[in-house]
Amino acid sequence: MKAVKSFILGVVVLASGLNLPAHAADELVAYSARKEHLVRPLFDAYTKETGTRIRFITDKAGPLLQRLKAEGANTPADLLITVDAGNLWRAAEDGVLQKVRSRTLRKNIPAHLRDPGNQWFGLSVRARTIVYSTERVKPSDLSTYEDLTDSKWKKRLCLRTSKKVYNQSLVATMIARMGEEKTENLVRGWVANLATDVFSNDTAVIKAIDAGQCDVGIVNTYYYGRQKKKDPKLAAALFWPNQKNSGVHVNISGAGVTKYAKNRKVAVDFLEWMSKPTAQTMLAEGNMEYPANPEVKAHGMVASWGDFKQDKLNVSNAGKLQSRAVMIMDRAGYR
Amino acid sequence: MSSSVSSRSAKPELGFSGSLDVGVWQWRLASLLIAAIVATPILIVFASWLGPPSDVWRHLADTVLAGILRNTFVLVLGVGSGVFIIGVSLAWLTSMCEFPGRRIFEWALMLPLAIPAYVLAFVAVGLLDFSGPVQGFLRSVFGSSAWFPNVRSETGVVLVMTLAFYPYVYMLARTAFLGQGRNVLDTGRVLGLSPWASFFRISLPMARPAIAAGVALALMETLADFGAVSIFNYDTFTTAIYKSWFGFFDLATAAQLASLLLMFVAIALVVEKQMRGRARYDVTGKLAREQRFCLSGWRAVGATTAASMVMLFAFVIPVLQLAGWSWEAARYDLDSRYFLFFFNTVSLGAIAAGLTALAAILLAYTYRLRPETFTRIAIRFATLGYALPGSVLAVGIMLSFVWLDKQIAAVFLSLFDVKLTLVFTGTVFALLLAYVVRFMAVAYGPVDSAFERIKPSLLQAARSLGASNWQILWRVSVPMLKAGAFSAALLVFVEVMKEMPATLLLRPFGWDTLATRIFEMTAEGEWERAALPALTLVLAGLVPVIMLVRRSDSKWS
Repeated sequence: MKAVKSFILGVVVLASGLNLPAHAADELVAYSARKEHLVRPLFDAYTKETGTRIRFITDKAGPLLQRLKAEGANTPADLLITVDAGNLWRAAEDGVLQKVRSRTLRKNIPAHLRDPGNQWFGLSVRARTIVYSTERVKPSDLSTYEDLTDSKWKKRLCLRTSKKVYNQSLVATMIARMGEEKTENLVRGWVANLATDVFSNDTAVIKAIDAGQCDVGIVNTYYYGRQKKKDPKLAAALFWPNQKNSGVHVNISGAGVTKYAKNRKVAVDFLEWMSKPTAQTMLAEGNMEYPANPEVKAHGMVASWGDFKQDKLNVSNAGKLQSRAVMIMDRAGYR
Repeated sequence: MSSSVSSRSAKPELGFSGSLDVGVWQWRLASLLIAAIVATPILIVFASWLGPPSDVWRHLADTVLAGILRNTFVLVLGVGSGVFIIGVSLAWLTSMCEFPGRRIFEWALMLPLAIPAYVLAFVAVGLLDFSGPVQGFLRSVFGSSAWFPNVRSETGVVLVMTLAFYPYVYMLARTAFLGQGRNVLDTGRVLGLSPWASFFRISLPMARPAIAAGVALALMETLADFGAVSIFNYDTFTTAIYKSWFGFFDLATAAQLASLLLMFVAIALVVEKQMRGRARYDVTGKLAREQRFCLSGWRAVGATTAASMVMLFAFVIPVLQLAGWSWEAARYDLDSRYFLFFFNTVSLGAIAAGLTALAAILLAYTYRLRPETFTRIAIRFATLGYALPGSVLAVGIMLSFVWLDKQIAAVFLSLFDVKLTLVFTGTVFALLLAYVVRFMAVAYGPVDSAFERIKPSLLQAARSLGASNWQILWRVSVPMLKAGAFSAALLVFVEVMKEMPATLLLRPFGWDTLATRIFEMTAEGEWERAALPALTLVLAGLVPVIMLVRRSDSKWS
């Protein structure tokens, strides 16, 4: 019997041995919905500076969150890194993150870009703004997101699908500001002005404007930056809407420390490091986004688009009201 | 499959008398174990019904449900008839006829299998949409491209998925046609049938199990697909599943929807089997390569043109476009890591292919040792996973591993006072098992239709000569199954290489593959950068595909 026992012990220990290196002392484990080519340079820089190695896997936010939930206290992960405040809000709601009290983070990250409950922090800012055709639209014709429902844009508007979380967040903040009824009318107004069926990604919207299929659209700035870099003759430009009232809709990419982090202290240290100028510059420039830390300025092409007033409504609203937003868009026929 | 010939159907297929039935229980145990492992994640998906229904249901029913049901129906109908027509007719042409280029087409027509549907969809939309190069060129010449058909349409998505999935039907139908040989046709001709009549009345019905298996695979892929339909912004049932999960954060409703989808697939499969009735499809006699029908004149031109067009749109153009984009990306993206991606992709594919094929043979054989309803249902259930959207099944698999780990940990704590955390979750072992679960249907189809064609009397003869169950399997069945099993393994190989959601969620740290690399790029919308891993994936996929073709040929020559 003893022999049998030790045999079973051996087999299982061997199998779990494949997992053990994940818990080494000066090592962090991250589950990341930010892509490998965007996070790896940061991880490498952190390792170089502190000697702490970071192991990670990438996946979509939804499955990663399920994995964290299922693994519970056994999870090897110390950090959850993801895009979109909605996902972070949901992670906090599902109880897989923990509170982090950090002076540095509070100082470096503006209040509207982090969780009021201190479970997650925005690390880069992504602005969702208006893009227009430089050939057929005068910037003076543009003013707000709401204005795109005006009949002068009939058959001239291009949008990305409502299934993308960026649009869900945009509509969610509108609900927070003006209530469901007005928002639904607004979305209906957009749908009525569409020049063609909605696209599956922002780049397609920009290309359609460049090619003359439509005249205005709503996109994240980094998609525009990427396209402009590839094609300097691109006949489209960015416009900052709602500058006289709420400001440009922004979302974040961010991170939180997992509830059952094995290396809590190091994980917090990493988050703080991420909020400092070196990492902020790298993070923002890697994908042409904006730094979350207001002390750090945007560079190059991103800076050339000029400064803008951003929406100061806390980004956690995007998560709270996301399902409402999806329902409204479904009802309004925004596919 | 279910019934043996006539009146003895109540008794086990291989035992004439009860005493020869001995030793079957180990087989059943092994098979049930496999079936249980494969079925657990699917059961977890069904278990979602245990929870309370959410108001997301009502919302979906009020707004989008009617539309997505209609779309799904149209898609299934369109892709189903598309793959049937293209797959069967090309299989017939390349296996039974002679026309210019036939020797190339017979293997080249398999190549599109290596291109994931979402890649084909992206290339099609990128090239043919308003802002794409084709319409741009038309505008620069004619000033307008308004007359150009909209590629992001119902027709567009049906065509793309047909081109992506017809190889399943082509491959299985071709093997079946080659297996029939021409002698049955000649019999028909002697009895006064025209060539067309003998095709419709003899060859086609005889190839039915294989064709049905191929169409079933294509349709299950169609139903599970999320990548291609979302590029076309075409809302299907799967769209609603992901909307519930990612839009409403309601995984339970997503799983409930997914289980409805599975019920539908299960019913469709059972109905097809029922309609086939008690017919048997075993092949008698020695098969030899015979004279093909020689096509000439406009028939030859027609055959060559048809095959070339399919080849052009399903493979040549997409690959050229990928190559063009890769050329730009390769300068800054191609480095030594690609060897690792390639190695990981191919080794995971090969091991998973072997495991899945073995498990499929074991299941199919046990069923033939003792064809019971219970075993049949278990197998049916185990092969449903293929129709589940990848991410949903991946979560199901992950949950079953986490559960298993918890049980093991509990046992260890009480027996040895050793505290374990995760045992299998996050290991290669879990990932491989996930592949077996996901692709059991792919392997079981070809293996089962190969079994179908072995005469039961042959196995019974072996049994009456005193052969054990093992001997019947290894010395009688396996040699005859080789072609089918090999096809099964290679199909799984290709599928595993293309698989994305389960690989993403369950791979151990550092085990990045070409498919996960594609995900990294496409998730930020950088499709052009994804061309490099996609092209590498296509090249890697060519290896098993070419082996597949050579295999099915050499068997008959």
